Amino acid sequence: MIGLFLGVLLLGAGATLWLGGTTTMGPAIGGPFALTDTAGKRFTDKDLLGSYAVIYFGYTFCPDVCPTTLNHLTEALDRLGAKAKLVRPVFITIDPRRDTPKVMQQYVSAFSPSLIGLTGTDAEIAAVASEFRVYYAQHRTGDGPDDYTMDHSSVLYLIGPDGKFIAPLRADATAEQLAADLSRQLP
Amino acid sequence: MRQYFVRTFAAALLSAPLALGLAGSARADGPIRVTDAFARAAAAGGVGGLFLTIVNTGPSDRLTGVASPVAGKVELHESIDDKGVMKMRSVAGLDIPAAATVKLAPGGYHIMLIGVKQPLTVGGHVPVTLTFEKAGKLEVEASVVKPGGMSPGRSTDSGDSGMGHEMGHGMGNMPGMTPAK
Repeated sequence: MIGLFLGVLLLGAGATLWLGGTTTMGPAIGGPFALTDTAGKRFTDKDLLGSYAVIYFGYTFCPDVCPTTLNHLTEALDRLGAKAKLVRPVFITIDPRRDTPKVMQQYVSAFSPSLIGLTGTDAEIAAVASEFRVYYAQHRTGDGPDDYTMDHSSVLYLIGPDGKFIAPLRADATAEQLAADLSRQLP
Repeated sequence: MRQYFVRTFAAALLSAPLALGLAGSARADGPIRVTDAFARAAAAGGVGGLFLTIVNTGPSDRLTGVASPVAGKVELHESIDDKGVMKMRSVAGLDIPAAATVKLAPGGYHIMLIGVKQPLTVGGHVPVTLTFEKAGKLEVEASVVKPGGMSPGRSTDSGDSGMGHEMGHGMGNMPGMTPAK
């Protein structure tokens, strides 16, 4: 199931990266990153150590899929009750051009005060996206500098308190399903 | 079902003897109704998604235009799941088959409000004008729900949001309305 899911992910990831040619290796997903939080402060993978994290990549100029997913994620955490304290939801933009810390602040705070919003330079975002096998690309919609939308992989990544990737979670799951999936993985 | 408000664009035209020649205004009792219109809360300068259900009891028609004064630009969009990669594409129009119900719902079609002028806050309303090839213009009012909201919701009743709720249970719940158990 997870293998299939990763297969789909890889297909979607197109040319970004390739996993190394073996299907038996553990999924080398995730890794160190250095980004900027909504207060403009440095935020790295180390800041998540000690907690589970659910990471989603998307962009704020996204009226449909991203808010749906973030809403389900925050609702799923609500459903987990006390266990929710173990998990930190993280939203990383793949559109750093538009998504400044201020824009991210406005966006994530509308979902949940616990949602961490991260942006960075083009290079920083490219690096973290590549670590998570996230495909993203601009799709031009006109001639203006702002005339574009983003194509992007839509997956939730569950990361353990040790910083290691545990499992992908379906981003199109309902809050109920997500809560159940998460609950199974948490102590 | 109280979540929508459709009215004629120019009711006065009803008295015109030959409405046929006066394309551009839909009759309130015409073949097309719009229900369950909702827009997701959005910050000023941001983007908003607006969703609704088109119920056609007449012949086939086509949605050819969407407009709203609340945003700098308003477009009809489709979300596409291409093997796990989400894409958003603008579409020129949307066919409305005869005697059919067409939903603009999360994960499918939406009306995108680009460059929202004033914040769209929960409980507010967004006027939208839909233009149909045959039925003319319809004015609709969408209620504003929380970001990522999946249905028009209702502050007093989470269990009956009617159409557009089939995406799953519990998703349209407003904060504080999570079931007790």
